[in-house]
Amino acid sequence: MDDMYREVILDHYKNPRNKGTLDPADFSFEDDNPLCGDRIRIDVRVGEDNKVKEVAFSGQGCAISQASASMLTEHIIGKSLDEVKQLSKDDILELLGIELGPVRLKCALLSLKVLKAGVYGIKEEE
Amino acid sequence: MTLNVEQIRKDFPILTREVKPNVPLVYLDSTATAQKPSAVIDAMSHYYNHSNANIHRGVHTLAEEATALYENARDRIAKFINAKSPKEIIYTRNATEAINLVAYSWGRANIKQGDVIVLTEMEHHSNLVPWQMLAAEKNAKIEIIPVTDDGELDLNTYESILKLSPKIICVTHMSNVLGTINPIQQMAAKAHAVGAMVMVDGAQSVPHFAVDVQTLGADFLAFSAHKMCGPTGIGILWSRQQVLEAMPPFLGGGDMIKRVYLREFKANDLPHKFEAGTPAIAEAIGFGAAVDYLTAVGMDSIHDYEREIIAYAIERLEEVPGVKIYGPKAERKGGVAAFSFDGVHPHDVAQILDSDGVAVRAGHHCAMPLHDRFNLPATTRASFYLYNTKSEVDKLIEGLYKVKKMFG
Repeated sequence: MDDMYREVILDHYKNPRNKGTLDPADFSFEDDNPLCGDRIRIDVRVGEDNKVKEVAFSGQGCAISQASASMLTEHIIGKSLDEVKQLSKDDILELLGIELGPVRLKCALLSLKVLKAGVYGIKEEE
Repeated sequence: MTLNVEQIRKDFPILTREVKPNVPLVYLDSTATAQKPSAVIDAMSHYYNHSNANIHRGVHTLAEEATALYENARDRIAKFINAKSPKEIIYTRNATEAINLVAYSWGRANIKQGDVIVLTEMEHHSNLVPWQMLAAEKNAKIEIIPVTDDGELDLNTYESILKLSPKIICVTHMSNVLGTINPIQQMAAKAHAVGAMVMVDGAQSVPHFAVDVQTLGADFLAFSAHKMCGPTGIGILWSRQQVLEAMPPFLGGGDMIKRVYLREFKANDLPHKFEAGTPAIAEAIGFGAAVDYLTAVGMDSIHDYEREIIAYAIERLEEVPGVKIYGPKAERKGGVAAFSFDGVHPHDVAQILDSDGVAVRAGHHCAMPLHDRFNLPATTRASFYLYNTKSEVDKLIEGLYKVKKMFG
């Protein structure tokens, strides 16, 4: 069995966490990779403490893109928006636990790209 | 003469490669680029080791040798497609550049506002984008020949489009996704009857079966060396001498001139009129060696062998539950099989196959409109050439069952 498809990735692909939508949400963003059809939408609800209270993702695509989205949404619950803004490619790779070539890296990073676009788009409420 | 594939494989050093320890390479991506026989690799090394010099200018021995090798390759390429003269063989970087040459040189001089350019839904981006760019620049109109569910061109729509008096029809000889082989002769006859030119993308046809420009009906034919066992960096535009003579030059610079003054120049004769600057000399020589190699094997033998392999591949692919192949039936297609796999993304299919050494391609294969047509963001594509075997097909199928098990 290939390293890439570690149990954990297949598990998140087959049993995604936080799959769905949130309406209303405090911020949402959607993006895709037209080269291969991976598509991710992320909806986030923020608590009064400016921490992520609820998150949902929807979309379709390869195992790496969907598993990464599932892991990312689990990872950010309870985190402050500042912490979310700090998330990097390395965090995603650590979550996935594998090495990726440039093509699959794009798949893995799509959810992070979507999340960051969403979080940077919102205005901090007083 | 039937092809002896085991003998052929010995000519391709890369085929002994192991992708991981004890995992031999199973290369099913020749539609993306073909592997090279030693004869081609050696021809290029030999040139660099013995005869390297710039061509066309020098009087010294090496310059004469290099020029002879380069021009001689042109002669052999001309014979390969049965061109009337080597003057009709223009060296370009690849098929893409050849098509761009036609769009820039013939297109700019002949397409005016409101003129109709005909493209098809199954074209590779290289035979779409240059025409889109031209149409935008000239305010010309693009008409599209659609693809049927069976992966063939809708020739009824083609008939209606011809009534619009198009100026040029741009069509692929063989689809790099569906494997569909288009009826160029038939289409060209109808195009010529309404005064339209015909640009044929031969990138997938010239490598895989005998193409004769005297009977094809094309006015322009483009193909690339690297898809036919030659090196990257060199391709050909073929067109008839009278057509090329009437076209303005493409790139300007050295070699494509007869005489240069401070404020004007006189263009050179064919074929050099369209070859500016120092060309990919070693690559042209390698291309000549590739054409020699394919000629020795025999294009008809290659075509017959590929038909056998694709028939076997399709039969085996069809037995895997969840696999859907796009394009016509095996009898109507070349050695390409693009497919989807229920519930598994092409990237995942390709990745798992790779772990077993099987190289296929995943994505849109430079044919996004075609994928839009079938509502697919991407497909997995296995393609076959003269060095692939039935047991390699079996490895592909084995891999697909493994994918099914993992994602099942």
